[in-house]
Amino acid sequence: MSQPAVTARSLTIGYRGQAVVEGIDLELAPGTTLAIVGTNGSGKSTFLKTLVGLLSVMAGSLDVLGGRPGAQPARVAYLSQFHPSSYVLPLRSAEVVRMGRFAGRGLLGRLNAEDRRLVDESLARMEATALGGQPLRSLSGGQQQRVFLAQALARRADLLILDEPASGLDASARSLLDRAVAEERARGVCVVVTTHDIGDAMKADQVLLLARRVVACGTPGDVLTPQTLLETFGLVLADLGGGVFAMDPGHHHGEHDPHDHHGHAH
Amino acid sequence: MSELVDPFLDNAFMQRALLAGVLVAIACAVVGTFVVLRGLAFIGDALAHGVLPGIAGAILLGLPGMAGAAVGAVVMIGGVTLVTSKSRLSSDTAIGLLFVGMLAAGVVIVSRSTSFTGDLTRILFGDVLGIGRSDLVVQGVATAAVLAVTLVCIRPFLLLCFDEEHTRVAGFAARWYHLLQLALIAVTVVVSFQTVGTLLVFGMLLAPAGAAALLASRVSTMMAIAAVIGSLSIVVGLLISYHANLAAGASVVLVEIAVFFAVLLVVGVRQARRAATVPA
Repeated sequence: MSQPAVTARSLTIGYRGQAVVEGIDLELAPGTTLAIVGTNGSGKSTFLKTLVGLLSVMAGSLDVLGGRPGAQPARVAYLSQFHPSSYVLPLRSAEVVRMGRFAGRGLLGRLNAEDRRLVDESLARMEATALGGQPLRSLSGGQQQRVFLAQALARRADLLILDEPASGLDASARSLLDRAVAEERARGVCVVVTTHDIGDAMKADQVLLLARRVVACGTPGDVLTPQTLLETFGLVLADLGGGVFAMDPGHHHGEHDPHDHHGHAH
Repeated sequence: MSELVDPFLDNAFMQRALLAGVLVAIACAVVGTFVVLRGLAFIGDALAHGVLPGIAGAILLGLPGMAGAAVGAVVMIGGVTLVTSKSRLSSDTAIGLLFVGMLAAGVVIVSRSTSFTGDLTRILFGDVLGIGRSDLVVQGVATAAVLAVTLVCIRPFLLLCFDEEHTRVAGFAARWYHLLQLALIAVTVVVSFQTVGTLLVFGMLLAPAGAAALLASRVSTMMAIAAVIGSLSIVVGLLISYHANLAAGASVVLVEIAVFFAVLLVVGVRQARRAATVPA
């Protein structure tokens, strides 16, 4: 049996000495996907930042690819949510994707033909080849997100960590993302993704529901129940004939982002 | 035509000023690119002014001003790093505190001496027309060092411009490369104070790189454009200073600021025209 890609035991995550989520226990095998679901501030991004070594483990243990988080940068790719520099930086899109190869080559190692091939291939997988020669700052938010996804794919990592990767993507780009995640999974990559979309979570091998605590963790069928979704989102599910929908029990329509909180389960 | 060339051909001090100015322009173009792209203008400004007490103290003690400037820069960077790491205060608060504190210390030191007026003017505004051969050598070595360090560290420097977290995830020690960039700013400021002074070196760091950021679509191109703008501004500024008998360092910086606003205007007009031609 192959070594787990990620193993967390009684893990406490947080920052600046403040615990955000305690008691995370999970094991992720290579070639599997984990969807982390929760509202804003629930601890999703904190968990991802801990996985990549940006935040320290507060208590418990976390093993990533057989070592401590952050120990193998060339084997871990990370797509974060915000890139404030993207409308300022004078870089062509292909150069941004090329940055994905820096971890493997270090300070002075030359980027070779294989690196260039991976950059071109990653742009093509996100149908962004035509954007490669264009300045990043001239692209729309959705186009930039495709370039950032291509950068993450170019790392050719064993652990792919995506923080709300569908943010800003239209329907066709979302299908590109789904296809890329499926291809990475088939390649044996462990994919960890945060999402507000329960439909996306249903496709994952495991789901972790967070609400500044672990609400549930396991297979989508076991975890995505009306009770756990109520605990996670403060919502109840109602069968309206065409499927099961998340509903706000307080009827505070307009106070919540429907994309954030109204998922679609089956 | 001779009015443009003769001042440099006929006067050794103008030749040395030109060479020193171009060397400063190249160093400022490279370092200024990171200052502009990473939003380090405030720490750049603070370093440019924070070296004052070091220079003033060194002059009072009969030591080289550059050594004092280096000490001032180290105290500035160390102080900002200490305050930000030991408190939850934002870095701009830490920079502001150190900036004002160092400037006040400089004024206090200067006020202790009655014979500081001339030296203070030289510190603040430089003496580009009084550059000696040894100053040129120091400037040349500093510019070469800035170029060499940037060339070696271009990957983490680029990643820092893109996203500090990505720099760390890629396996580079973002904190140390950030400090290295601050050290490069400090070296550029410390060495350049002889040429254009501590007040005006900040303009040389920001204006050419700012103008280049509006034009370039690559970081390397941005550095090259900034170096060209900076070097041409040296030539034009020195000529204006020579013919109109104006302060040389200030003339150079005024030309650079004028070029920045001219580029801003041209880019703005070009964007407006492009927007007007796009069908609704």
